[in-house]
Amino acid sequence: MYLKSAYDIRDKYLRKDMLPTIFCPGCGIGSALQYTLRAIDDLGLNPDEIVWVSGIGCSSRVPGFVNFDGLHTTHGRALAFATGIKLANPNLKIIAFMGDGDAAAIGGNHFIHAIRRNLDVTVILINNFTYGMTGGQVAPTALKGLRGTTAPYGQFENPFDIADLAVSAGANYVARWSVFNYLQGINSIKKALSKEGFTLVEFLSPCPISFGRRNRMKTAPELLRWYQKITVPLAKAKKMPPEELEGKIVIGEFVDRDRPGLVREYEAYKRRAKKMMGWEE
Amino acid sequence: MRYPFPVGKSDFIQGDEAIARAAILAGCRFYAGYPITPASEIFEAMALYMPLVDGVSIQMEDEIASIAAIIGASWAGAKAMTATSGPGFSLMQENIGYAVMTETPIVVVDVQRGGPSTGQPTLAAQGDIMQAIWGTHGDHSLIVLSPSTVQEAFDLTIRAFNLAEKYRTPVVLLTDAEIAHMRERVYIPRPEEIELVERKLPANEEEAKFPFGDLHGDGVPPMPIFGKGYKTYVTGLTHDERGRPRTVEAEVHERLIRRIIGKIENNKHDIITYNTFELDDAEIAIISTGIVSRSGVRAVKILREKGIKAGLLKLNTIWPFDFDMIEELAERVRKIYVPEMNLGQLYHLVKEGANGKAEVELIPKIGGEVHTPMEIVERVVG
Ligand SMILES: Cc1ncc(C[n+]2csc(CCOP(=O)(O)OP(=O)(O)O)c2C)c(N)n1
Ligand code: SF4
Repeated sequence: MYLKSAYDIRDKYLRKDMLPTIFCPGCGIGSALQYTLRAIDDLGLNPDEIVWVSGIGCSSRVPGFVNFDGLHTTHGRALAFATGIKLANPNLKIIAFMGDGDAAAIGGNHFIHAIRRNLDVTVILINNFTYGMTGGQVAPTALKGLRGTTAPYGQFENPFDIADLAVSAGANYVARWSVFNYLQGINSIKKALSKEGFTLVEFLSPCPISFGRRNRMKTAPELLRWYQKITVPLAKAKKMPPEELEGKIVIGEFVDRDRPGLVREYEAYKRRAKKMMGWEE
Repeated sequence: MRYPFPVGKSDFIQGDEAIARAAILAGCRFYAGYPITPASEIFEAMALYMPLVDGVSIQMEDEIASIAAIIGASWAGAKAMTATSGPGFSLMQENIGYAVMTETPIVVVDVQRGGPSTGQPTLAAQGDIMQAIWGTHGDHSLIVLSPSTVQEAFDLTIRAFNLAEKYRTPVVLLTDAEIAHMRERVYIPRPEEIELVERKLPANEEEAKFPFGDLHGDGVPPMPIFGKGYKTYVTGLTHDERGRPRTVEAEVHERLIRRIIGKIENNKHDIITYNTFELDDAEIAIISTGIVSRSGVRAVKILREKGIKAGLLKLNTIWPFDFDMIEELAERVRKIYVPEMNLGQLYHLVKEGANGKAEVELIPKIGGEVHTPMEIVERVVG
């Protein structure tokens, strides 16, 4: 793959008057954003036909910086808004950019139901194990023992494995990488954007400011080393005993299937309705 | 266009059914909802009709998702509606504020039931008046309409869509279990007989750059819907005319909020409608809204028979509120009675409007039944 310079991507897709972004030094959101834009660019998608949707959180600020139609909604509700956009105008391609708290805590119900319906949307999920925007409270993805301002002695609850959840709920495509796996990341987003139905690319993303600082990893490189330590590629994980996987996060491509998406299902439903009413043969 | 129900003739239908048919004739092509008594029949009718008119009807996971979906659909260009009752309406409040802030035309039907909490699911009440007007947080304004007959439920639904589009705002159709479930004769017009308002779209690229700017001096910016290449960014954060977040500047916030409130307040007289009955020479005024007004009319007749000059003011619009009109009325009458199916909500608005010029007395009733005309008469006669 030939990589355009980051400047080219920036100039082509970002709203210049919105820069600089609000992201802290060392934050991984910018990387995930760059991968998404590169994927759009590589696929040659028409920006006029893409709508970015988000909830609330640092990650959710992304639609403000990209020069596309964008809906920055309420905390956790991005996928519910997306359902309306997509069904009202199926020609639009929807990218939902969301945080782990946004998607899995307050938005958990919308998340599983959007997947169950196989809503045609590509979710780019920033998993930083924390609530970045509100200053480092624990997220439902936080591994046991990780600290947050609301679990100062270390998280005592079990974490959600978002990718796992998405696979069981019925997503068409699910992959998880850390933002340091840039080639895999871009390729996964390209795949996700090319498929119908619900597609998810989760990124483990460094948040040195709200998260790292409280967990003795003040910089992105420290977080990088930690990710290297805790992540296990899927092929390897399959051969590992469960005890060894305790506290680790599996990365890779978890599912790639082609169940019909919500738009296609609704089109068929409409035809069925008309037929049942005798309006159409 | 073929309709899944007869048009150009009368039909004997429930209020909920009338609302659904009116929505479809108003051009609604997106419905998202979550079942709740006494609003479910609206959803059921929409579920039946929408696929046939190439619209969407979808059952969401909850009311928060329902209103979110219709806001999304509206930005994708559709006229969109959801319907619920008190508990669901409470869940929707955050996103009603979002629709106010982002100036999204949507229609939200709240078929009130007795509350608080799950309260009396199958019985009528008017306990959501304050919630409809002030339920969401922050300074804001929106439009709240209230029908008193099934025919009015139909007519005001069409008007709700027209006002939503015209003023780029959420409109709440506030009705109650009594009207929702009552069957009455309703005239369902042919599409040609209905006047529809469509939202103002940007005339060109330049206008589209200011989705939140008062370009035409009427406080209502043209709405650049998604997918037209305008690259519009919509946020619930305080934003400038171009839609860029500007959250810490007092003047940006003030300009935005004052315009959003102003576009409703300054057009009060276009938005507000009411009916009067025997009010011209009245010494006693009854002010009511919704189903109670029907007992009010009968009460006025009985009072007149008793030689008491009573009259009725029936509010079809609950918000914006014409405080001045109430004050003028208060100057003409001796006393104002406010019968309502709650322990005093409309009463507060009327009292503020009357501004001490006339005594205002509340006739509250809760528990699920509408005031009988005699209950009102007895209070007036004393
Ligand atoms: C209804 C509601 N509750 C709480 C908040 C406060 N809030 C803003 S962002 C946020 C969490 C963000 O965390 P996450 O979704 O993980 O995104 P990040 O900032 O880490 O990218 C919270 C709780 C809110 N805006 N709305
Ligand atoms: S708080 Fe964390 S997630 Fe938010 S911008 Fe800063 S580093 Fe990124």
